[in-house]
Amino acid sequence: MVEKILQVNDLHISFDIHAGEVQAVRGVTFDLYKGETLAIVGESGSGKSVTSKALMRLLPTPPSRIKQGEILFEGKDLTKLSEKDMQSIRGAKISMIFQDPMTSLNPTMTIGKQIMEAILKHQKLSKDEARKRAIELLQLVGIKNAELRMKQYPHQFSGGMRQRVVIAIALACNPKILIADEPTTALDVTIQAQILELMKDIQKKLGMSIIFITHDLGVVANMADRVAVMYAGKIVEIGTVDEIFYNPKHPYTWGLLASMPSLDHKDTELYSIPGSPPDLLNPPKGDAFAPRNPYALKIDYELEPPMFQVSDTHYAATWLLHEMAPKVEPPAVVRERMKRFADIVARKGGKPRG
Amino acid sequence: MARQKLLEVKNLKQYFPAGRGEVVKAVDGVTFDIYKGETFGLVGESGCGKSTTGRTIIRLYEATDGEVLFNGVNVHGKKTKKELKELNRKMQMIFQDPYASLNPRMTVADIIAEGIDIHGLAKTKEERMQRVYELLETVGLNREHASRYPHEFSGGQRQRIGIARALAVEPEFIIADEPISALDVSIQAQVVNLLKRLQREKGLTYLFIAHDLSMVKYISDRIGVMYFGKMVELAESEELYRNPIHPYTKALLSAIPLPDPETERTRKRIVYDPAQHGYRDGEELEFREITPGHFVLCSEEEYKRYRAMYA
Repeated sequence: MVEKILQVNDLHISFDIHAGEVQAVRGVTFDLYKGETLAIVGESGSGKSVTSKALMRLLPTPPSRIKQGEILFEGKDLTKLSEKDMQSIRGAKISMIFQDPMTSLNPTMTIGKQIMEAILKHQKLSKDEARKRAIELLQLVGIKNAELRMKQYPHQFSGGMRQRVVIAIALACNPKILIADEPTTALDVTIQAQILELMKDIQKKLGMSIIFITHDLGVVANMADRVAVMYAGKIVEIGTVDEIFYNPKHPYTWGLLASMPSLDHKDTELYSIPGSPPDLLNPPKGDAFAPRNPYALKIDYELEPPMFQVSDTHYAATWLLHEMAPKVEPPAVVRERMKRFADIVARKGGKPRG
Repeated sequence: MARQKLLEVKNLKQYFPAGRGEVVKAVDGVTFDIYKGETFGLVGESGCGKSTTGRTIIRLYEATDGEVLFNGVNVHGKKTKKELKELNRKMQMIFQDPYASLNPRMTVADIIAEGIDIHGLAKTKEERMQRVYELLETVGLNREHASRYPHEFSGGQRQRIGIARALAVEPEFIIADEPISALDVSIQAQVVNLLKRLQREKGLTYLFIAHDLSMVKYISDRIGVMYFGKMVELAESEELYRNPIHPYTKALLSAIPLPDPETERTRKRIVYDPAQHGYRDGEELEFREITPGHFVLCSEEEYKRYRAMYA
C-alpha cells in the first residue's frame, strides 16, 4: 500500500460577499499518495483553485472561511494551524506554482536573490551555501549559464524560462507536495511540452507528490496518475487516469471528454454541454449538474447523489450508478473510448494503475 | 475545382519600428488565398505573426508591403470613405478577449446595433431593435438580454454577443482571432458549433486564428502554419495532420498533448532547431507545392528531397 501523504476530508469553503454566501467548495474529499500526480480538472468556478489555495492556507479570511472539514498532513490538521506554524510548512513542505510566471516573480529583484530568499527563510544555511544551492536548482530546472542568470531580472527571461525559475523556487526546500495551478496555460505548446517533461523528470528525481490543476484534458492525460473531476464545488468523479479517460461514469465527465474534438471525426457536430455552470451563491437543490445533464433522472433534482464505488480506485457521484437506475448510453465518442478500456486493463494485468 | 477566391493575400509584410532604426518583421512576406465558404485556419506560437496577419488583412494596420485583395479589390492603399465603409461591412472580426472587446458602458443592443447604425441598415427604431432581437436569437441568447450591460454576462455569452455584433452588418468574411481561447472547454464546443452552424446557414468564410491545434483541425478546411513571420506550411487540414512535411510543423504537432493517456505514454516529442535546415547564405527560400495543394517553405535542394519523399 502506498503511503498517504495528504488527506482532505469533507472540506467546505465559503466566501462571504455583500450578496450572501458563495459556497465555492461544498464537501471535497480526497487522498494524495506519495510520489503520485493527482490532476484536478474542472471549469472556471468549479472550486479547483480554491481547494488548492486552501491547502496552502492562501485564501484571505475574510471573505473566505473554511466552514467545515479537515486537511491532514503529517498528522496535523492544516485548517487549525496558526499562521506562524503554517509558515513553516508553506513553501517548505508544500509549495505552489501559479499560472502566470510574470506576476509570481518580483520584477525588482534578481532571480538569484528570489531563489535564495526561499532557501534562507526555511533552511539554516549561510548565504554562500544558499547561493550554491540556488545555482544547483537553476541547473536542475534546465537553465544554462546559471551563475550569470542568477544576476539577471525576470524581464530578461522568456515566459518558459520564468516558469522554470518559479519551479526552482518552489523546489528550493525539497517539498513533499508541489501544487501546480495551471502552470502551463500561459505558455505555448512547445514550451508547455518542455515544462511538463521537466516536472515529470524532477518528480522522478525527488519523489514528491504533485497536485496538478488544469482544465486541459490533454495535459491531464500526459501528466496524471489519478484524476479528480470537479463540478460546482464538488468532486463528481475520481479514479486512475485510465478509468477516467476510458471508463468514465459521470455524465459531466462524458460531456468534457466528448466536447474535445478527436483527431478522426470532423463533420459531426461537437458534443457540447448545454447551459453554463450554476451560481454557487444559491446552489441548486439536488445534483448541481442536473439542469445541464441530458441523462438527469427525477431524483437528481431532489437529492444529491452520494459517491458510488466503481472499483477500488474509482468513484463517481451520479444516480446512474444506483442499482435501480435505468441503463443509459453515453455519447458515441465516449463509447468508443470505453471499448478500449477492457483491452488496456487486460494488457496491464488486472488493476489499471496510471 | 472551380473554387472562387474570396481573399488573396500576396507577399504581405508588416514591419513595426522597434526604435534605434531597427524593425520587427512581424509578418514577412506571407502569401495565401482563402476560398469562398471555407474556413482557413492560421496556427503558430505567440509572436509568430498570426494575429498581425489577421489584423493587417482587415486594415487595422497599414501594410508595409504586399497586397490584400478582397473579391479582387485591394483592401489597402488610398480609399474614399465610401469605399472603406463598403469593405468594412463585408469583413468583420471577432476578438479573443470577450471581456475587453465589449464596451462596458453600452447596452448589448447598442453594441450589436452600432454597425447597423453606421451603415444605415435600419430605417426605423423598430426595425433596428427587430434586427437586434433576431441576431440575439441567432447566437443563442434571448431578446431580454438586449437592454443589459456586458458585465452581466459570462465569458461564453459575451463571445456570443461579439459574434452577433460581427453578423449585424451581414458580412461575407469573418476573421476570428482566438475566439475560444478564453473560454472553458464545455463552452468552447458551444461556440465552435455556433460558428459552424452560422457558416452553413449564411455561407460565411472564416479566417480562424488559434494556437489550439486540435480545435483548428476540427473547424478548418485548410490550415497555414506560421513561424517567425513566415508561412512555413499550408495544406488541407487532414493532410497537414497526417503528412506534415516542414520540421517545424512536425515539432508543433508532436507537442500537443492529446486527451488520451495511452498515446501520451508513448509519445515522442520532436524538437525544432532552425539551424537544422543548414541553409547557405543567400539561398532562396520559396513556398513550393510538394503535393497538390500542399505547400512548404523550402530551398531548391529541400524541394527535391521532399518531392522524392512525399510526391
